[in-house]
Amino acid sequence: MKLSLTKVVNGCRLGKIKNLGKTGDRTMDIPGCLLYTKTGCAPHLTHHTLHSIHGVPAMAQLTLSSLAEYHEVLTEYKEGVGKFIGMPESLLYCSLHDPVSPCPAGYVTNKSVSVWGVGGRVEMTASKFMAIQQALQPDWFQCLSDGEASCAEASSIKRVRKSVDRSLLFLDHCLRLQEESEVLQKSTIIGVIEGGDVMEERLRSARETAKRPVGGFLLDGFQGNPTTLEARLDLLSSVTAELPEDKPRLVLSWMLAELHGRQNWSAGVLQQNGTQEEKQYVDQSKKMKTASGNQEMTPFEINLKEKKYREDFDPLVRGCSCYCCKNHTRAYIHHLLVTNELLAGVLLMIHNFEHYFGFFHSIREALKSDRLAQLKELIRRQA
Amino acid sequence: MAAASNATSLESAPRILRLVAECSRSRARAGELRLPHGPVATPVFMPVGTQATMKGITAEQLDALGCRICLGNTYHLGLRPGPELIQKAQGLHGFMNWPHNLLTDSGGFQMVSLVSLSEVTEEGVRFRSPYDGDETLLSPERSVEIQNALGSDIIMQLDDVVSSTVTGPRVEEAMYRSVRWLDRCIAAHRRQDKQNLFAIIQGGLDADLRAACLEEMTKRDVPGFAIGGLSGGESKDQFWRMVALSTSRLPKDKPRYLMGVGYATDLVVCVALGCDMFDCVFPTRTARFGSALVPTGNLQLKKKQFQKDFRPIDPKCACPTCQKHSRAFLHALLHSDNTAALHHLTVHNIAYQLQLMGALRASIMEKRFPEFVRDFMDTMYGDPTLYPTWATEALASVGISLT
Repeated sequence: MKLSLTKVVNGCRLGKIKNLGKTGDRTMDIPGCLLYTKTGCAPHLTHHTLHSIHGVPAMAQLTLSSLAEYHEVLTEYKEGVGKFIGMPESLLYCSLHDPVSPCPAGYVTNKSVSVWGVGGRVEMTASKFMAIQQALQPDWFQCLSDGEASCAEASSIKRVRKSVDRSLLFLDHCLRLQEESEVLQKSTIIGVIEGGDVMEERLRSARETAKRPVGGFLLDGFQGNPTTLEARLDLLSSVTAELPEDKPRLVLSWMLAELHGRQNWSAGVLQQNGTQEEKQYVDQSKKMKTASGNQEMTPFEINLKEKKYREDFDPLVRGCSCYCCKNHTRAYIHHLLVTNELLAGVLLMIHNFEHYFGFFHSIREALKSDRLAQLKELIRRQA
Repeated sequence: MAAASNATSLESAPRILRLVAECSRSRARAGELRLPHGPVATPVFMPVGTQATMKGITAEQLDALGCRICLGNTYHLGLRPGPELIQKAQGLHGFMNWPHNLLTDSGGFQMVSLVSLSEVTEEGVRFRSPYDGDETLLSPERSVEIQNALGSDIIMQLDDVVSSTVTGPRVEEAMYRSVRWLDRCIAAHRRQDKQNLFAIIQGGLDADLRAACLEEMTKRDVPGFAIGGLSGGESKDQFWRMVALSTSRLPKDKPRYLMGVGYATDLVVCVALGCDMFDCVFPTRTARFGSALVPTGNLQLKKKQFQKDFRPIDPKCACPTCQKHSRAFLHALLHSDNTAALHHLTVHNIAYQLQLMGALRASIMEKRFPEFVRDFMDTMYGDPTLYPTWATEALASVGISLT
């Protein structure tokens, strides 16, 4: 794979990653996002409805937490997880955990990391982890890592240091195992940068990880809640400064607007899309979401359950070209939500995804035409 | 209002069914319904989209499966979001953005299924809304008024429905009341040019009552007839006899809609008995429980035996689910909380039903319906000793032997 930058604006990187995939002919735009999946399928969406969306990213994110328990099945299947899930054309990135569902702490040891599937805990040593990746055959995969200190709200410096050390040990072990595996020659290991909120440890993790022959870097710990996020955003640019320019940087986050509403774009990250279902998406005029009831709404969202939408025959967002906005009204979505119908999730997911992908397109366009400052301002004004 | 027994109170009902072929042995017919939102080939299975949605699949997906008519329910839609809102949204078609045909039930069936919330009098059915506790009276006039607002292509009379397991004078009362309510519906119907009002034959499992109902209702010049009051808890033996009695007395040149029938075997037998239209929640509901319909019955895909089964649900099925996915993947997805699993199966099960009806129709047109029936039974049951007796007898009664 080859990363080439067209332009860098205040640290924001615009470019392409080329020569991706098993046949080496796929390309991804950066900055960009990945398609979030649950058990290998976009939430609520079949192939048909997924492909009614414009701008679906070339790379989808799978989670090991949803797939590890199917290790045996995939081994017997032999042809890799992409084909198994009905996405043979898609590039695939396998993350360790699901960004949306936090996992219980206290299950990382010096030898193993655990993920939680529907059937319960799956404990993985480096060997088991790599064996599972052999069965999956993803294009990229997050290396086994200790992310607990980065996910927790407050970790002792000792714990933070340990997470960095352990992750490096796992990385070296996995790299050795990769050398021995013919199947995994085509898969790229993504090194994981840990270190919680401790600048020193983050820098150490970045420098050490960068010494290894990884294909890219995951900056772990940005999938948390807003308060931890704030502090960490400031870390981001210092951390990325330590990383080689020719390798992609990934961040897992479902607080997209917050992330981008800040000065964070200068870090130039390629986002993973850890979008919670029916959650968020941005557009030039407003974002929308359905309330899951207990989420705090950002200013970019509307809650279609509210009574005021009952007789609103406008589309969700005027001018939006998604299937939902071209075919349905706010009143209809409101009705579907009130009556608890499954179609509500389907239509909102279609809209939210199209919006989200469109947002990244806007960022790239703004970078291309030197209008990044205006875009930031536009979003800030709507907040 | 003119007395309903005077046939001219309703201008001559359109002949909406054009027969294209008939089986020379059985009563099976193939035809075409001409409806305001386009033609519909018969025999037809109509999926049920109770609350203005086909349970997780989009209008576009339903259209792509070849569906040209589906159901909405007056009882539910009358409560949420209500007829006034739907009228503002350009009718049910506009509200759910469905370009093809819609049939709405009158709300009568909910009397049986939600009986603890309702009380029947000559006036109508008094319901207590399960959502806000409000009382509503669903009268024949109100039912037609709501259905007029919904704008469905076929609307159903409000009938006095009793469970098929009920016996005694209540059945007779309900039958005669349904005739009176039919007349009230005809009189109240404001949109005869745009919406086809169907009568519903009642009479329970009593041949005499059913015959009396048939005689009365066929005097009314409605565009179509439904066979109601069946497909509840009655025995299949009684069921088929009532269907056969009904089709023998209904006019040939009008569609026969058998309500609530959806199991494959039942569809095949009842097509043989002369029915044209069917609806049932079964295929879409069972999909949401992880059950996929196949020519040999069904696959409970959540079961462990499918964990490593890399074949599609049905290698001969042309639906998007079978084109792209294996039983093993669907098994895994069904065990996750991703609702897409349910949608994949809903798509397949609707495709299964529509493909079955298409195959039935082709066999009638190509004059090989009896052979089709024999092959169907063989595939479904394997051993002739396993064929359900009622099906064998029903088919025999219309000249199709299964041996």
